[in-house]
Amino acid sequence: MSEQNPSGKTARTNAGSINGVSINGESATRRPAVSFISGGDRHIRSRLMLSRVFAWLCRFSTYAALAVLVVLLAAIFYSSIGRLSPDFVTNTNSTSPLKAGILAGLWGSFWLILFTAMFSVPVGVGSAVYLEEIAKDSMLVRIIKVNLANLAGVPSIVYGILGYTVFRTSAAAIATLFDGKHLIGVLGLFKVRLSKLPIYEDNILVGALTLTLVILPTVIAASQEALRSVPSSIRVASLALGATRWQTIWRQVIPAALPGISTGVILSTSRAIGEAAPLIMLGALTYTSMCPGGIESPLELLTKPAQLLQAPLDQFTAMPIEIYDWSKQPDARFTSVAASGIVVLLVVLLSINSVAMVVRHFASRRLKW
Amino acid sequence: MPTLSSGNVPPSVAGVDRDLDMSAHPAAIEARHLDFYYGEHQVLFDVSLTVPERSVTALIGPSGCGKSTFLRTLNRMNDLIEGSRCQGEILVEGQNIMEPAVDVVLLRKHVGMVFQKSTPFPKSIFDNVAYGPRVAGEKNRAVLADLVESCLRKAALWEEVKDRLTTSAMSLSGGQQQRLCIARTLATDPRIILMDEPASALDPASTDRIENLIGELCANYTIVIVTHNMQQASRVSHQTAFFYKGKLIESGPTMKIFTHPSEKKTEDYITGRFG
Repeated sequence: MSEQNPSGKTARTNAGSINGVSINGESATRRPAVSFISGGDRHIRSRLMLSRVFAWLCRFSTYAALAVLVVLLAAIFYSSIGRLSPDFVTNTNSTSPLKAGILAGLWGSFWLILFTAMFSVPVGVGSAVYLEEIAKDSMLVRIIKVNLANLAGVPSIVYGILGYTVFRTSAAAIATLFDGKHLIGVLGLFKVRLSKLPIYEDNILVGALTLTLVILPTVIAASQEALRSVPSSIRVASLALGATRWQTIWRQVIPAALPGISTGVILSTSRAIGEAAPLIMLGALTYTSMCPGGIESPLELLTKPAQLLQAPLDQFTAMPIEIYDWSKQPDARFTSVAASGIVVLLVVLLSINSVAMVVRHFASRRLKW
Repeated sequence: MPTLSSGNVPPSVAGVDRDLDMSAHPAAIEARHLDFYYGEHQVLFDVSLTVPERSVTALIGPSGCGKSTFLRTLNRMNDLIEGSRCQGEILVEGQNIMEPAVDVVLLRKHVGMVFQKSTPFPKSIFDNVAYGPRVAGEKNRAVLADLVESCLRKAALWEEVKDRLTTSAMSLSGGQQQRLCIARTLATDPRIILMDEPASALDPASTDRIENLIGELCANYTIVIVTHNMQQASRVSHQTAFFYKGKLIESGPTMKIFTHPSEKKTEDYITGRFG
């Protein structure tokens, strides 16, 4: 026999027994009868008790958090009585608590989120694809991956300072370089409007770029997670069929990761909508009755095309900033105005999150798992 | 203890004539003095093997013997593993595929691969089969439809799926999924098909279908198959190569390997004394 079969023979000679238990009829001594009725054994009783206590503690944690949320929501709705009405969302701000509305903040937040999403999706998904699919495992890549988590934890006001230094200062420089006259040369189409177009240094784009910095680490992390959940067998199979790496990423990996990516992006965006600190840092307006670009209703997006170009370069306020401003007002009647603002903000947040659910549903339905 | 005799070798599947003299066929693959390393760990030692055109070659050997690694060097799938290194020559259709100038995308189009675990894409049956031609640039819907039908027919799957080409490939059974993967590989019009234990996760009936399919396909394609199942190797292959601890111990006509192997190690493995 060669040295390769130490066990081959022994296994066969022991064929009469399995795991050392005799099957040749030698009777074993009978063991005492057992009972399965509960309550007999003290040790078991205390273990069961502990198990029940633990379950109750977990239940309590959940419902305690829920109760706080319910109380909070109820309190806000109660306070908002007196101002929450349809004209609250159609009026802009006012010094009178009876007339003050959130329209300017609503539009400001709309433009901010629109541009934040436009900036953060390509950069965030691109970075995630690079880190997960393309980059070789190097020291630098590992440092980047670890520090993405740290970046996500950086307070947003720090990004506000960064945004002020980089984006607002750049915007100021651009504003002096390109005054209205220069822009006419660039975009002859909108001559009349643009000749009056001022560029503000605290404009929507500056705010959106700063908010992009705030949510980018979260967008990248969510996209990375989604890409990692795609089984590698799909990549290998695609490459084995003669697809290039780019074709594999674009036709297989990203579609399979899309539900996860889009949920991550939308949830990050809804975090950005509640951010006030970095915007205050940038010098966003606290009291204004102007909507960016002068667009005050969805219809005007279509009827005033020239204003569309002006909006991103306009000054702005946002919903959380207005809420903050109202809550500081000495006039006690502004309390209900602030509460109404919070209700509107929450409704907007909930709608964005339900969009996330719908998008997730449709993105995963297109995949045929 | 089983003994070696031609009576113990199961009959071959239709289409595989084990008595055919394969030395007359021109070579589809010639591996010469192949060494392969994962980092510092060497897994293939001086492997030289010639695979004749339009034949089935079975690679057998115990787990970790390097047979799958060898298979994956043939379409350079090992390139995907960081830190792997390969020395020696592999001639596919007379060209050394280890040359830096070789485009692995073109190589993999001509040297297709079927994996142990069926890996349908989360798309429709049609889109799965059409994937290879599409990434190669084919856009004409009619051409794709013809190709999908002919490949599914070749893979003996057409009759089962012709009425539900738009449903998810994930809804197919395990055996159907594996035949879909074979159809998908055929769609890139390869010369050579590499199969890495294509039936090891399938039930006996599905395994039978895959084996018969191999017998049909070898009339037009060169097939290299890795298998743990010795019976399967003897049923489907013209030529068998036995790997052990990274070395090619012996290769030759399947009937010879299974009845009169030259090496003691081969005989021990085939008779089930180890492995």
